[in-house]
Amino acid sequence: MTSAISITNGGVRLGGRDILQGVNAEIATGEFIGLFGPNGAGKSTLMRCILGLTPLSSGSISVFGEAPGRANGVIGYMPQSRTSLEGSALTVRALVSAVEGGNRWGIPWNSRAARGEVERALELAGAGEYANRRFSVLSGGEKQRIALAQALLGKPRLLILDEPLASLDPRNQMRMVENVARIKATTGATILFIAHDVNPLIKVMDRVIYIAGGGAAIGSPDEIISSAALSKLYGAEINVVRAEGKIFIVAAEGNVTEAAHHD
Amino acid sequence: MIEHLNYFLSYDFVLNALIAGTLAGILGAVVGYFVVVRKAGFAAHALAHIGFTGATGAALFALSPLEGMLIISVLAGMMMGAYGNRLQRSDLAIGMTLSICLGIGMLFLTFYRGFAGHATAILFGDIFGVSHRQIIQTLVLSALSLGTLLVFSRRLLFVSLQPDLAEARGISLSASSIIFSVILAISVTLASQVVGILLVFTLVIGPAGIASRFCRTFWSGLATSVTIGLLAVWIGILLACFTNWPATFWITMIIFFLYLITEAVCRYAFRGA
Ligand SMILES: Nc1ncnc2c1ncn2[C@@H]1O[C@H](COP(=O)(O)OP(=O)(O)OP(=O)(O)O)[C@@H](O)[C@H]1O
Ligand SMILES: [Mg+2]
Repeated sequence: MTSAISITNGGVRLGGRDILQGVNAEIATGEFIGLFGPNGAGKSTLMRCILGLTPLSSGSISVFGEAPGRANGVIGYMPQSRTSLEGSALTVRALVSAVEGGNRWGIPWNSRAARGEVERALELAGAGEYANRRFSVLSGGEKQRIALAQALLGKPRLLILDEPLASLDPRNQMRMVENVARIKATTGATILFIAHDVNPLIKVMDRVIYIAGGGAAIGSPDEIISSAALSKLYGAEINVVRAEGKIFIVAAEGNVTEAAHHD
Repeated sequence: MIEHLNYFLSYDFVLNALIAGTLAGILGAVVGYFVVVRKAGFAAHALAHIGFTGATGAALFALSPLEGMLIISVLAGMMMGAYGNRLQRSDLAIGMTLSICLGIGMLFLTFYRGFAGHATAILFGDIFGVSHRQIIQTLVLSALSLGTLLVFSRRLLFVSLQPDLAEARGISLSASSIIFSVILAISVTLASQVVGILLVFTLVIGPAGIASRFCRTFWSGLATSVTIGLLAVWIGILLACFTNWPATFWITMIIFFLYLITEAVCRYAFRGA
């Protein structure tokens, strides 16, 4: 297996503050990685580093053997911020078409092949049936699938999904996860999936990266989502409780840090 | 009626008005479409008002008002673009640029006292006063702007709709925003010849805003926007000829009524949808 992403002793400093330090991760092609951590831990920042948008302050990253940013043509990215297009009548298809080959020069006119690629991505993201609807009136969950479709354009080898489960109900969380797992199976893409709750991903992820307290731990789900590993990472006592087939991560004082309370 | 029309068209100033209006209308409608997508209405509004400084300054430096407006708006556009490439940050950058420019304009005004007579023309437009030289300038500037869009519009649409994705695809947000601001500065300057700097909104955002309410694709939106812009300018100028009321008044009227109709129809047609 070749390496998709390799981070060696990575550190990020933003606004005079160390966000991340000493991050080491070796991600093989075709892996499904779940990325977790509390708000403000640096999950999105780490993704921006992988995309070459935020420079590391120390250490190094390589993506498909190249400097970050060089390989972005084969990376599909679903940013955490979502489009609203309020008041506009543009359809889903029009929006996704503008993204397809959007970095080329010329006028926004798509070839037949490019139009086919738009349909493929919409189908793959499970958004085929509302391609003709106005984007601005879609529900949050439907918009999420359009964001996924945009990330799928150009058959990426690496998918970076920043909180694709945000604001989805449990049923749609499952559908989104199954969809991404199916995409991974059919395209062989490497997946980096940021989420707050480990439960929806537990069946599909190969390994876990957990970010907290300025550091990151990577390993198998059982290794990382354990009282010992998380307590070390947080620098405080954390209990991982398994009940009714679900995992709850609870701080010793009793307040739930990350748990299945998103519904 | 037709006789009257022939009679009006035999005058050079009417023809000049139609040519300048057509060019400004097309450019305003096209650029306006991107203004609407980028939600950059405040930038368009500010760049137009900044033109006032250019017009007052031009008198001091022996330039024509058009040239003065163009220079100052393009400079201000670059400044806004450079400092505010993200929507959230840009309002402050635009407001600050607007303030400093109008402040300087105020200073120019105290130095140059003979200005008052031109003020109405600059504030509310003087489409029938467009000279031959201005027509040539308008032609060159429109060709330049539309030519740039011919090369750049695909990227511009992408970066306007999905800035985060565009950035990840290697498009520089600040470079795009500077290029767009310069094109916008040119188009508001040209539009201000027709409707004046106070009413640039009418030509630059009006048609595109109306079109974006119901057009479902980029190209239909662009075509509708241009159609609305051209119809408003042409009908406005002709009504001005027939009635002797200002063309600016008629153009704003036409755009406003189209807006009302669109809102009514959209609310009816998109109920709940
Ligand atoms: N450009 C910046 N300048 C200064 N600080 C920044 C910048 N960008 C991010 N930060 C800080 O870095 C920290 C990590 O932010 P990041 O967005 O990566 O968090 P996250 O883990 O994605 O959180 P969330 O779960 O809320 O999305 C935050 O404290 C944030 O304030
Ligand atoms: Mg985040």
